[in-house]
Amino acid sequence: MEFKFSVENQEKIERIIQKYPEKQAAVMPLLYLAQEQHGFISVEAMREISQILEMPETDVLGVVTFYSMFHQKEIGKHHIQVCTNVSCMLRGGMQIFDAVKSKLGINNGEVTSDKLFSLEEVECMGSCGTAPMIAVNEDYFENLSTEKAIEILNSLK
Amino acid sequence: MEKIVLPEIENLHLIDTYVANGGYDTAKSALAKSSDEIIDIVKKSGLRGRGGAAFSTGLKWSFIPKGSGITKYLCINGDESEPGSFKDRQVFEFNPHQLIEGIVITCHAIHAKKAYLYIRGEYHKWIKLMQKALDDAYERGFVGEAMKAKYGTDFSCDIYIHKGAGAYICGEESSLMNSIEGKRGYPRVKPPFPAQVGLWGAPTIINNVETIANIPPIIKKGWEWFSAIGEQKHPGTLLFGVSGHVNKPGVYELPSGTLLTDIIYNYAGGVPGNKKIKCVIPGGSSMPPLRGDQLEGIKMDAESLRAAGSAIGTGGIMVMDEDTDLVKVLARLSKFYYHESCGQCTPCREGTGWMVKLLNRIVRGEGSKSDIDLLVSVASNIEGNTVCALGEAAAWPVRFMITRFRDEFEKQVSDHVKLEVKNKVHSMRATLNPLASVEN
Ligand SMILES: Cc1cc2nc3c(=O)[nH]c(=O)nc-3n(C[C@H](O)[C@H](O)[C@H](O)COP(=O)(O)O)c2cc1C
Ligand code: SF4
Ligand code: FES
Repeated sequence: MEFKFSVENQEKIERIIQKYPEKQAAVMPLLYLAQEQHGFISVEAMREISQILEMPETDVLGVVTFYSMFHQKEIGKHHIQVCTNVSCMLRGGMQIFDAVKSKLGINNGEVTSDKLFSLEEVECMGSCGTAPMIAVNEDYFENLSTEKAIEILNSLK
Repeated sequence: MEKIVLPEIENLHLIDTYVANGGYDTAKSALAKSSDEIIDIVKKSGLRGRGGAAFSTGLKWSFIPKGSGITKYLCINGDESEPGSFKDRQVFEFNPHQLIEGIVITCHAIHAKKAYLYIRGEYHKWIKLMQKALDDAYERGFVGEAMKAKYGTDFSCDIYIHKGAGAYICGEESSLMNSIEGKRGYPRVKPPFPAQVGLWGAPTIINNVETIANIPPIIKKGWEWFSAIGEQKHPGTLLFGVSGHVNKPGVYELPSGTLLTDIIYNYAGGVPGNKKIKCVIPGGSSMPPLRGDQLEGIKMDAESLRAAGSAIGTGGIMVMDEDTDLVKVLARLSKFYYHESCGQCTPCREGTGWMVKLLNRIVRGEGSKSDIDLLVSVASNIEGNTVCALGEAAAWPVRFMITRFRDEFEKQVSDHVKLEVKNKVHSMRATLNPLASVEN
């Protein structure tokens, strides 16, 4: 499947490249754009980016695999991230993770069959002072209890 | 107590409020000074980096080659991914313009025309807040080409936000530069240090967000004022992030040298249920943990904490009460370092994996006594043998948790150890236990 950036994104790309003295530096922002546009980063998207930035495809792939926020597979409409690192763990983060897991019926890294939800156990999100927390896509939900976390899931359509 | 980085002024994040409170006046007066003068003030102020290593900021700046003839860069480190650290996000949210003003002054001090503010990718909300503040500052002419007219100088600089994508290692300064350059975030071998060879090979200064946010007040009120706050060798206030088993977790800006017990019991409201404290990690997860029964008198600054056998790190204080299973805590932490190791050096890549395996074995109740010593030995073999300090960050918690809380580990290997016995006779004896009824 071919991948082309939307006209709107092409304009954004022009501006992004201007921020850096060398084109390759724009690879992370461009990967974000591709991911936003397409839901995940396909091989075709990487090829397109490598052509725009005049860098080897393998280097683009190297960047994609290095960073945990770039997804090479489709994720759910609601990507649920549960922090289980220490500050969250001390306040019930592990229990929340288990509850979310059984509620969604999927394991870490999986997507529900209706593609509505995906689940990821994440490292510290910088919410230790408002722990425990989950993030749904880009939004943080903090100071949670297991009940509140499940309520949030119930509210997502 | 006066707050330097997070003053309690309503709506300070708005450019109008910031300007009404004298904001960006300091940048103007700083740009009228020579860069040597600025570096000298920062040096004399005693300001030390807030990103972990507590290195003298003025001294670091003085390492950069002088003059405006060469391209130089400033990177501001807002990767903030160390477990237990959540202070820089407060700056993004509540005082973004002081950070921007600090960046402008720093750019002038080191003759950098471009600054990259690196913010961890998960901080979508805070990136948006920061971008809004930056757009407003550009619009008013406080940053960019327009600042020449605004401040009446011939210097100008641009500030760009670079969004990370979920890699703790990118907080390490040389990894951060590779990440900005569009490469995998592998740390670089030092020397050469960034002040000589940094971003795209040019001399580069990297400072933490909180460090740079301290610059405008220092320039405005003078180094004498700043150096008199808190502990003389590590002056100023620190943003202490308190998390874990406390009643009021959060970020508290307090003078350096504030007693750890004061922070936990007075500011953070003590431990729920008045339980005893078993363990405190005082500076973010990489710093050696302290015993709860040895907290009395410990002051929170770089020198005092070193004397107490730990380090100030990012000032993230993680409190664990008496019921905490420290083996589980350490297993979880080790999983983090294993996950975040970039894999470049064998001792770190393999060692972190080994430590997770051993710790999980103990958590499952299948650990043997020799596993405890093996853990310490694996940790010791990482320390000092790696390209970057993630090696130490992974090794310290293991080594010090075990040496300081050995009883916790011994309890778990001796209490539920399930030694696998393949020999039938032995296993029968183990299950039947023929002498079970004999008491003496
Ligand atoms: C594994 C690792 C992660 C780090 N993460 C951060 C970080 O998130 N933010 C930060 O400011 N410094 C971090 N540092 C420290 C930086 O390398 C660097 O010392 C610091 O940004 C310098 O700024 P400062 O002098 O103002 O403290 C990290 C270091 C290591 C080894
Ligand atoms: S110490 Fe670990 S994280 Fe640092 S460079 Fe080596 S392998 Fe990478
Ligand atoms: S440990 Fe969960 S947000 Fe920091």
